[in-house]
Amino acid sequence: MFGAASTKRDAEESTSADPAPPAAPAAETAAPAPASEVARGAKTVEAKNVDLFYGDFHAVEEVSIKIQPNRVTALIGSSGCGKTTFLRALNRMHELTPGAYVKGEITLDGEDMYGSKVDPVKVRRLVGMVFQAPNPFPTMSIYENVAAGLSLNSRRMKKSDKDAVVERSLRGAHLWEEVKDRLDKPGTGLSGGQQQRLCIARTIAVEPEVLLMDEPCSALDPVATLAVEDLIAELKHRFTIVIVTHNMQQAARASDTTAFFNLERSGDPGRLVEVGPTEEIFTKPKQKATEDYVSGRFG
Amino acid sequence: MTPPDAQQTGPAPQAAGGIAPAITGGILPAWGTWAVLAGAAAVAAAALLATGSFTVALMLVLTVPIACAAIYAWSRSVEGPRRAKDRVVTLAIAAAFALAMIPLISLLYEVAKRGIPGLSVEFFTEDSRGKIGGGGAAHAIVGTLVITGVAAAISVPIGIMTAIYMTEYGAGKKLRKALTFFVDVMTGIPSIVAGLFAYALFELFFGPGIRLGVMGSVALAVLMIPIVIRSAEEVLKIVPNHLREAAYALGTPKWKTIVRIVLPTAFAGLVTGVMIAVARIIGETAPLLVTTGVIDSINSDPFNGRMQNLAVYAYSEYRSPGVMKQASYDRAWAAALVLIAIVMILNVVARLVYRRYKTEIR
Repeated sequence: MFGAASTKRDAEESTSADPAPPAAPAAETAAPAPASEVARGAKTVEAKNVDLFYGDFHAVEEVSIKIQPNRVTALIGSSGCGKTTFLRALNRMHELTPGAYVKGEITLDGEDMYGSKVDPVKVRRLVGMVFQAPNPFPTMSIYENVAAGLSLNSRRMKKSDKDAVVERSLRGAHLWEEVKDRLDKPGTGLSGGQQQRLCIARTIAVEPEVLLMDEPCSALDPVATLAVEDLIAELKHRFTIVIVTHNMQQAARASDTTAFFNLERSGDPGRLVEVGPTEEIFTKPKQKATEDYVSGRFG
Repeated sequence: MTPPDAQQTGPAPQAAGGIAPAITGGILPAWGTWAVLAGAAAVAAAALLATGSFTVALMLVLTVPIACAAIYAWSRSVEGPRRAKDRVVTLAIAAAFALAMIPLISLLYEVAKRGIPGLSVEFFTEDSRGKIGGGGAAHAIVGTLVITGVAAAISVPIGIMTAIYMTEYGAGKKLRKALTFFVDVMTGIPSIVAGLFAYALFELFFGPGIRLGVMGSVALAVLMIPIVIRSAEEVLKIVPNHLREAAYALGTPKWKTIVRIVLPTAFAGLVTGVMIAVARIIGETAPLLVTTGVIDSINSDPFNGRMQNLAVYAYSEYRSPGVMKQASYDRAWAAALVLIAIVMILNVVARLVYRRYKTEIR
């Protein structure tokens, strides 16, 4: 039963057909950040010839991409083209769906994430994820939600240290001022935008090295979206960020590198059509399909 | 609840007044339904009296179709066909509900009426060893609580852990399908069979004629486990998957996700399910007759000797009333009343727990 919903979301939605001929997956990315800017911790994620499957269904084909540390990489493309599936493969969440598996190689600073001796639980501690819909734990208070990652990972720490982590994470998520007087109230009592920032605080509290965001603003209003985007701009100084978005303005505003996914027609696997510096993708893309998509001609 | 005026109402249709503006229209008065019911009851009574076969039950049975027809005609002429259908269906559903409530209310009323005379302080404090025509049911109350408590202690861990396996680990596995099938089969086991199973099991170790409180608990556990599994499975299933994924994404191992996220989220539902399962088995008689036996004195040790319980107590007081027959019958009814009271208290507790701990699940 795990992941049934996501299977549906990723696999069953069909999209308009792409008239352009298939393009070879490009592997170029924006220039890496200057060494001085690379924070300790942030890591490079690299996918080499990655194919993703749900049982018999071939969801994503031959994706090769290098994701630079301390940069925001946006994955754009129409629904069902495998962006979310690919994102979930980056912290080994993909395989939680029964029958789902991965071919190819994904590395975290050169280390194979799918190596036989790798514990997926440890991968997920290094590669955090924020989901499309805010999902604070309903049984926990705001404080406990932020501290959840610490207590669930049985890191024993003093109350004062924990308090410090919670405050730092909430400040990092621009939520501290709004909730500091009601930390013991349930997290589900917050508004949608606040809940999403709470989830971001919860994710950064465990100090991952890579932050994956699956359409983090799709359930939020423009004000809350702006707050989250500001947050992303700030968080990239500490993390490597990959964000899936349907909102092209958001990709243009918030990301340094953009990767465009597409599929020929419904039922075909999604492919990485083009990846490059965001500005280039939006102004002078190399592929016709990319141009059609970013100019709003389809999708 | 009584109609304001049954005289002038009746099923007389009124003419709709002209063509109404777009959204306002003729509407029956608020007392319309009650008036129609009263009118229908009057018509039914008159018809039955005329044929000389009047009974209250028959009158009520006739009232419903007459009222349905009358309200349809009246409402259609005033309010139009859509509301008329709505009113008829509402009436029919309310009648079905009332019909379903009749046995319950009548049962509670009867048990209370006959049981209250048998209640006394003695009933709760004394056993009935050597008390001819007297004594109480303390031994039966103690026995019921101990036997049921031990049965719950056996069933709850087994049931909830099985449900956890089925929802969290068993997806797509053959074992899970087999479990689902056998749980369904277990739900249908006649309770006497559970009793005989427990007896046969203990007979293997302790020889024939063995009677122990814990045997009754084992028999009841056989009946209770499938109920706990079923309810726990349903409750665990509705814990949204995105909460599990959120925990995994924080680097939480699966077992910890289950213990710290899934179970607390489902807590209220799990408790309710257990309470309902307990309420279901607490009144069992047949399996206890063959496993715990009948005894007159208090025994609170489930591992030592026979044990009385309320259901068997009521049965034996009725079956062998002794010299003072009426006193025995009174005690049998009182035992039934106490049993029902315990079940009701459990249900109320379950509701309170549910209200206190339920988590908003989106």
